[in-house]
Amino acid sequence: MRHRSTLRAVYELLSSMRFAISLLTLLGVASIIGTVVKQNEPYNNYLNQFGPFWFPVFEKLGLYSVYNSFWFLTILGFLVLSTSACILRQTRPMLRDMRGFREHAREASLSSFAHHARFAHGLPAAQAKDAVQAYLLNNGFSTRVNVREDGILLAAKQGSWTRIGYFLAHGAIVLICVGGLLDGNLPLKIQMALGGKQVTTGNQLISRIPDSSRLGVDNWSFRGNVFIPEGKSANTAVLNVQDGILLQDLPFTVSLRKFHLEHYESGMPKRFASDIIITENATGKSVEKTIEVNKPFEFAGVMMYQASFEDGGSRLHLRGHDLRAGGAPRPFATEAVVGEAVALKDAGLDHTLELGSFRAFNIENMAAEKPEADTGNFARLEKHLGSGARSPTAKDMQNVGPSIQFKLRDAAGQAREYQNFMQPILQDGAWYLLTGMRDSPSAPFRFMRIPMDDDGRPDSWFAIRRVMLDATRHPEIARRFAATALGADTSPDVRARMQETTARTLELFARGGFESLGKFIESTIPEAERDKAADVFIKILEGSAWEAWKMARADAGLPALVPAAQHSRLLRDTLNATNDSLHYGAPVYFQPVAFDEVRATVLQVTRSPGKPIVYLGSLLLVLGVFAMLYVRERRLFVLIKDTGEALVALSSNRKSMDVEERFRRHRDDLTTLLNPSPRS
Amino acid sequence: MEIAQKESSPLLRRLSPGDWLYALALAGGALFALRQYGGFMDVYDKAILLLTVPGLAAMGFAWKPFRAFLAASTALALVSIALYQGDLARAEQVFFLKYLISSQTAIMWMSALFFIATGAFCLGLAARSDFADATGSALTWCAVTMGTTGLMVRWYESYLIGADVGHIPLSNLYEVFVLFALMTGLLYLYYEGRYATRRMGAFVLLVISAAVAFLLWYTFSREAQEIQPLIPALQSYWMKVHVPANFIGYGAFALAAMVGVADLLVRKGILANRLPPAEVLDDVMYKAIAIGFAFFTIATILGALWAAEAWGTYWQWDPKETWAFIVWLNYATWLHIRLTKGLRGPMLAWWAIAGLVVTAFAFVGVNMFLSGLHSYGSL
Repeated sequence: MRHRSTLRAVYELLSSMRFAISLLTLLGVASIIGTVVKQNEPYNNYLNQFGPFWFPVFEKLGLYSVYNSFWFLTILGFLVLSTSACILRQTRPMLRDMRGFREHAREASLSSFAHHARFAHGLPAAQAKDAVQAYLLNNGFSTRVNVREDGILLAAKQGSWTRIGYFLAHGAIVLICVGGLLDGNLPLKIQMALGGKQVTTGNQLISRIPDSSRLGVDNWSFRGNVFIPEGKSANTAVLNVQDGILLQDLPFTVSLRKFHLEHYESGMPKRFASDIIITENATGKSVEKTIEVNKPFEFAGVMMYQASFEDGGSRLHLRGHDLRAGGAPRPFATEAVVGEAVALKDAGLDHTLELGSFRAFNIENMAAEKPEADTGNFARLEKHLGSGARSPTAKDMQNVGPSIQFKLRDAAGQAREYQNFMQPILQDGAWYLLTGMRDSPSAPFRFMRIPMDDDGRPDSWFAIRRVMLDATRHPEIARRFAATALGADTSPDVRARMQETTARTLELFARGGFESLGKFIESTIPEAERDKAADVFIKILEGSAWEAWKMARADAGLPALVPAAQHSRLLRDTLNATNDSLHYGAPVYFQPVAFDEVRATVLQVTRSPGKPIVYLGSLLLVLGVFAMLYVRERRLFVLIKDTGEALVALSSNRKSMDVEERFRRHRDDLTTLLNPSPRS
Repeated sequence: MEIAQKESSPLLRRLSPGDWLYALALAGGALFALRQYGGFMDVYDKAILLLTVPGLAAMGFAWKPFRAFLAASTALALVSIALYQGDLARAEQVFFLKYLISSQTAIMWMSALFFIATGAFCLGLAARSDFADATGSALTWCAVTMGTTGLMVRWYESYLIGADVGHIPLSNLYEVFVLFALMTGLLYLYYEGRYATRRMGAFVLLVISAAVAFLLWYTFSREAQEIQPLIPALQSYWMKVHVPANFIGYGAFALAAMVGVADLLVRKGILANRLPPAEVLDDVMYKAIAIGFAFFTIATILGALWAAEAWGTYWQWDPKETWAFIVWLNYATWLHIRLTKGLRGPMLAWWAIAGLVVTAFAFVGVNMFLSGLHSYGSL
């Protein structure tokens, strides 16, 4: 007996409104956690973020995958239980209420209604009954008549559908939760627990992954990604689970013919689409299809979606320019594939080049930034009138060509990251090859601008730089510079001093660029004269660069240079780039010269058995909510008493203002109806 | 918007010639749009266009002033389109376009009108002036008309940039803020008419003014008004149903919260003789939350259907989804407490105000503080 009452108490609790509201609140609060902690990131990120102490604590609490965690699913489970109990508890009284007319209501209870009125009626009872019955029918009520000792009671009701709304909406919640559970990772967890499946690390060949980490084609609920490079095919999907992966065998093979990547003029992505051929393993039947974002495709019970895209191993042809003193004067050719590392032994280097990514184009805003003229408030407003198509700031979106990003790792394992552009870019009126360097992935790239010569090539810069940084040639540069700068009639003494200064300047510059020169100036020259001295040093460097250029051309057997206006700009740029190259950190500059782009698509593949259930639940939820909120149950009672008095009472399941208004209308209508004026 | 239950005679018998004319104009307009622009639509877009006809017709039948509003804003938009003659540059050259009915200008007018309307309502409340209230009401009608014109013209302008850029202007934070102001304004006007009181205007217009202030800051400081093309995930007919349904929800919740403020004041005896009685305010608050909840439910479900197509899963606890869920839970609880427990009084008003905070976070806060797939408008 006692046991029974405990059960009863649990049932009462589960089905109580208080419990349901507590659950809803708890669910809301629990959901917030998952929006504060980023979900399903690689575990390393969490380790970095929370540190070694909190990381395992939070892992135990399931904070990295809140919505799949045990406790969250438990709350959802209780919601299902509570809602079901509530439905169960309400079914009988609600059905009784829906069916019943309450035609046995006593006069006393009717007069206790908030909305009730009495008035005298002037018709015979039978006639009054018929009139009221017709009135009720006309107003959309269904009526039951009870002739009893105190008179005739017409019990009418409308809008009982609102009760159905209750069942629809609450049943829908149960359906949606159940469907959602089927599509979540609960089935996977069960398979891992019962079927002995375990995750494995992602860093291995697919063929080496053991069967214990593979899920069969008959798995009825999964969500994974398929990676396919152009021209290749795949028949397994990768499921990311916790900090590892599982492989899902697919009942078909997908091959990617081509991946389409389109952009708007602004460089914003416009279209991602994969031309695929799907071949069913069992039948050999194949289908060609284009899958794009918002246009998924279902095959053999598996839905396929365009999820993302990656590089599928593009091949880059690079030209390496040796930047080391005494390095090879001629550039060498090498190749690299995105996602792979190349040892640079052939070029005489201990380094490896890890080509991380390739971009076939880069769209940049090339408009010169103009400082905004202050033209007053009205002009400012006027700038924002007109069409929404108008850009308030000047824009000049241009494709500046392909670029690569790679790491250069030395023998000690230290790596720097580089970003090199394939084509020269116009900046401040001159063309440069840009190459960016950074020491850590979080830092922005610092760019070195390699100037282009009269032929539109970077070769001159490499040649000048070579000569200028070659200590053995400094005396010759100094001699030539002194001769050109001082003219023929200078005394040998002055000339020798000039030569010496030039050689010293070159030596300092070759050692550490402008920085060494700056230090030298600071340590030897009084503060008042430093600016002037710096100018002199720059002049010397520019003159020396000009001499070095002539020497380099002679070395290469090229005709002598004719001085021209654009050369002074080139010399300045040459000095700047040479200075930057001393801090470039790489022995070689790699210029991309050609590429064979290979793209890869990432398709998401899913089997979600719960989807139809969830959709059905959603439909019922909408119907239920509208029925509950907008179908009003109203009961109207008219008691025609034999004493010549009538009693009208109205009840409604919602206490809103219009009930009163409605009651007044019915009362007045009925009063008129039962007291016809003599004329009619 | 309310499902018709006021009258018991059959619907068709209640329709006036004006109603028939309105419905006919709607059907004609839809057919014209189909003929003129059908080439830019897929079958779903066409279905949505055709379903808009009965939807808007029902709106107009149930709420008569809506007919004139829709007619006026459509007429203005058509004049604007005619003035454009297919050339965007004319927005700078034609006086009427530049200073009246190009999209940006119309939205600026909407902003100004909402501000002035707020002022008029406040004056009406302070001076108990029915004239000021009536002015506020008229200005609000003008504001929603200009705003709707602005959005319709913006839609057209986006296609003038390029057929591949063109899309319904419901795609980023700027555009939905305009939509939010419009929805809240229209919902207010509906309740104003239905409860025959204009004194709630000062409160509701305050939240619209706040949204407009944000909109102006967003325009002048962030240059957010420029029409942007759609990223692939947003290129879908679902946007046309998901976003408006969502903003009926947001607008209604905002309105409910502001009416809740008025309700609390009246209960404390502040402005009590100038505002409608607490039970009226309480009723408006309930009606607004009910309609908001119903549409927010639909919007969330439509969003799930869209997510299933675009991202491959109908629910993945993306921050925006999760916060939509929290908003939904919040109002579900509110309705349970009121309807099942029968609770009334200041507690529910406080709760409705707190609900606006939660809603605002789901609407704007998620974009500001959390990252996720709904990254259509970062600040």
